[in-house]
Amino acid sequence: MITLYIVSTLFLIIVDNINMLVKNIFKLKNLKFSALILLSACIENAPLDSLSPEGPYARSIDELFWLTFWIAVVIFVIVQGALLLSVFVFKEKPDSPEPKQIHGNTKLEILWTVIPVIILAVIAVPTVRTIFDLANEPEDALKIEVIGHQWWFEYKYPDYDITTANVLVIPADKPIRLEMWSNDVLHNYWVPKLNGKRYLVPGQTTYLNLHADSPNEFWAQCGEYCGLSHSKMRGRVLALSESDFDTWVKNQQQNANKLEGNSLAAEGQQVYLNAGCTQCHVIDGVWDVQGDRIAPNLTHFANRNVFAGAALYNNEENLSKWLANPAEIKPGTFMPNLELTEEEINALIAYLGTLK
Amino acid sequence: MTKIIEPSKQSSIFRRPSSETGIWSWITTVDHKRIGIMYGYAAFFFLLIGGLEALILRIQLSQPDNNFLTAAEYNAMFTMHGTTMIFLAIMPISAAFFNYLLPLQIGARDVAFPRLNALSFWIFIFGGAFLYSTFIFGTAGAPEGGYLAEEVGWLGSAPNGGWFGYQPNAGMKYSPGTAMDYWAIGLQILGIASLISAFNFITTIINMRTEGMRFMRMPVFTWMTFAVSFLLAFSLPIIAIALFYVTFDRKFGTTFFLTEGGGDPILWQHLFWLFGHPEVYILILPAFGIVSEVLPTFSRKPLFGYAAIVFAGFGIAFIGFGVWAHHMFASAISPVAQAGFGLSTMVIAVPTGVKIFNWLGTIWGGKLKLNTPMLFSLGFIGMFVIGGLSGVTHSIVPADTQQTDTYYVVAHFHYVLFGGALFGIFSGLYYWFPKVWGKMYNESLGKIHFWLMMIGFNLTFGPMHWLGLQGQVRRTWVYAEETNLQFWNIVVTVGAFIIALSIIVFMINWIFSKRNGEKAPFDPWDARTLEWAIPSPTPVWNFSTAPIVKSLDDFWHTKYSEDEEGRAVRREEADQILLELEEDGLNPSEHIALPNPSYFPIVLASGLPFLGYAVIYKSIPLALIGTVLLLIGGFGWGTEPLEEEIHIDSDE
Repeated sequence: MITLYIVSTLFLIIVDNINMLVKNIFKLKNLKFSALILLSACIENAPLDSLSPEGPYARSIDELFWLTFWIAVVIFVIVQGALLLSVFVFKEKPDSPEPKQIHGNTKLEILWTVIPVIILAVIAVPTVRTIFDLANEPEDALKIEVIGHQWWFEYKYPDYDITTANVLVIPADKPIRLEMWSNDVLHNYWVPKLNGKRYLVPGQTTYLNLHADSPNEFWAQCGEYCGLSHSKMRGRVLALSESDFDTWVKNQQQNANKLEGNSLAAEGQQVYLNAGCTQCHVIDGVWDVQGDRIAPNLTHFANRNVFAGAALYNNEENLSKWLANPAEIKPGTFMPNLELTEEEINALIAYLGTLK
Repeated sequence: MTKIIEPSKQSSIFRRPSSETGIWSWITTVDHKRIGIMYGYAAFFFLLIGGLEALILRIQLSQPDNNFLTAAEYNAMFTMHGTTMIFLAIMPISAAFFNYLLPLQIGARDVAFPRLNALSFWIFIFGGAFLYSTFIFGTAGAPEGGYLAEEVGWLGSAPNGGWFGYQPNAGMKYSPGTAMDYWAIGLQILGIASLISAFNFITTIINMRTEGMRFMRMPVFTWMTFAVSFLLAFSLPIIAIALFYVTFDRKFGTTFFLTEGGGDPILWQHLFWLFGHPEVYILILPAFGIVSEVLPTFSRKPLFGYAAIVFAGFGIAFIGFGVWAHHMFASAISPVAQAGFGLSTMVIAVPTGVKIFNWLGTIWGGKLKLNTPMLFSLGFIGMFVIGGLSGVTHSIVPADTQQTDTYYVVAHFHYVLFGGALFGIFSGLYYWFPKVWGKMYNESLGKIHFWLMMIGFNLTFGPMHWLGLQGQVRRTWVYAEETNLQFWNIVVTVGAFIIALSIIVFMINWIFSKRNGEKAPFDPWDARTLEWAIPSPTPVWNFSTAPIVKSLDDFWHTKYSEDEEGRAVRREEADQILLELEEDGLNPSEHIALPNPSYFPIVLASGLPFLGYAVIYKSIPLALIGTVLLLIGGFGWGTEPLEEEIHIDSDE
């Protein structure tokens, strides 16, 4: 009985000090690093790492996570410790007496009902505050529309009249407000270093805020299972300095030039116009699709370092693999195998390379 | 002792079946023990298949950009792994325990409706077979207008929309073919089986308790059966309706969940998780019950805070209906709803914590016998605590928006459902092995099984925590090399194979011990509950004399009293009482009437898959066959004679 009271008193003392403990941990930022060592498992240079935030939204989530994590660690140590201790202390020995038949202890039971309630209340306050903070529309945010397709993300900048895909280009150190919906099934937009996830739903608009501290490239990934090539529905977010962003905007607003003459690229333009690409792909200034624009806008294709839902880096080798048979790389894709010859593929690659 | 089958006094076209051995005796049985054993074996078979599917998934994920499986095959495998483990393995294995033990724990000779019990089992079998027939008959393919580089093989012809079947991806346009129909209708059939047994158990617990077995004297396992039955009864109708909507959307052109027809895909999520979250407690509460039996027995102490554990169980069951949207924090539910569901999710941690602390209170100060069932129960506490704590991190809504749909969640619910439910189930399988087979299992092999499984389990699901937090998304067939996730994925795959090894050890132990194990003594564990007050293996009639219960843990108190310090002291007459109980248990002195076997549960159940196929292939002949089977089953059921009862008389 006495031991029970000792354990519960210890428990109380530790719980009393959790708040202080947590505050101290946050004062010493290095401790976060030691937490990583503690886990020692953590992967370095993981581009989709949600534990290395690079913007205020992701950071506020990260802080909340570590607060909960450390409280959980304390509870973990207490409970597993009590479990192991009882196993070692009370393991049957030849001379163990028959145990006392204790049916319960109301005080103790009330104690371990009330203490978790208090701990949870401690976590609940910052949780609720952060929920509302994250949902607020930031002032002076740049609005960008995100449209989910099987299996790539399309981006529209209504303020600049820009349509692009796969790579979301944003100004660094400026709040971004994403307005999102889906063209087909549910998708889930996730840039782990900038914020949590948010669904893209057909027939409904959802919102997500992003904010990158400084110029950098971030990885994005569709979170919700969305059919055959869900794994390959990826993305990049490119945060640029203000001047670079302005340059990018100006470039994006240019139409592509119609190529004339006999260059390989001009041949490629003919392939684009005649082989079937024009059924779905727009190149502003060259061809506009009648009806639904179900495929990425290619006007500035060469400006993007990835393609095919960011599943492939934009280089000649990948492009020739992709153009030879898209479904080989993304099962279920809506881009058919156009049975292009090698010459046609090479010409197309040359042409795509001009779309800067 | 002789068995007399009295001739029917009433003329009828049907006679009740009378085989007592052989295949027919099993097919027509209404004995809750035999049904329990069949449930157990069938569920274990599906557990092996689900495990095989998991190994296939893990081989694919052991390397980045692997091509061991095609995308179609991978998606089919993870869908079938989840569906199988939940609906065909854990739920029915819990049903096996309910069936076998519930009547024994409350001192009854059978459940309230023995034939319904058989019906429930056969519907489960036909439902499982129907679902798995998708590998033979089912078809799947690219979404309407999409292209595939290669044919979808037989492995990919299974349901591929996830066990959660999110709309509209699982709709006809994006999941064409028949595979998802097999899923929707298969679950519908399995749901009927669970509903029937839920009502059966509720009725049994309310009406069939032996004299003196008041509610607050029932074993905790019985209480948890009671709670689970209510959860089933209230949650399954929700998913039944939602699955009908899905089938109607897919087959008959309705648009309940399709935006283009004014439907709402998020509505499906609400309905699915309003069922799906209570379902989690349907899977875990039986393990809570098992652990609450095993810990006191091997600690030689009563359960600490019996009432608290019972009420916490019901608290969890009740709050479990108010937390469903925490599966949807990434959807656009409002901040108010997010806060509300986040808080309700935190609240459910409180009764769960109460249970854990009470279990610790139970072993504290005890005399712990660390045999295999006890090790699994202790392992259960350790692993379940981890799953519970990571569960609390999901209630931190902003943090959850980072964690959801990643392997962190996979880690979390495997710690709950494998480290929790399955560890509890294994604990129970070893604990009641002597009761069911009258033999002892091999303790060394049991311990090897435990340690292998403990190591394999933690290697498999531990690393998934940081894999998820560092960017591995669920349900992804491949991951890019640049994500740097490879190392821990290899560890996870190795862990999965260690689990497979531990299962092989378990099977060897089971088969060997069942044949050649030592004969189990009458009360091998010095246990507390009524099922140990009868011979092992349990006689067909359970109790020769209906027991009269005077307290909680009545059987223990017939053997033990307490000294002035409160320590247990074995009564002098205890051994004599046990001898008498055994003698009486084997030789009933009164006339015992047992329910008759029946052909009709299996006949009735066999109609359902035909109706399922009829909907999938829109076939009137199949619908007619199904209906005729249902009618024959129902008619025969209603008209078969009741008087032809098996009577067991004493030897005189």
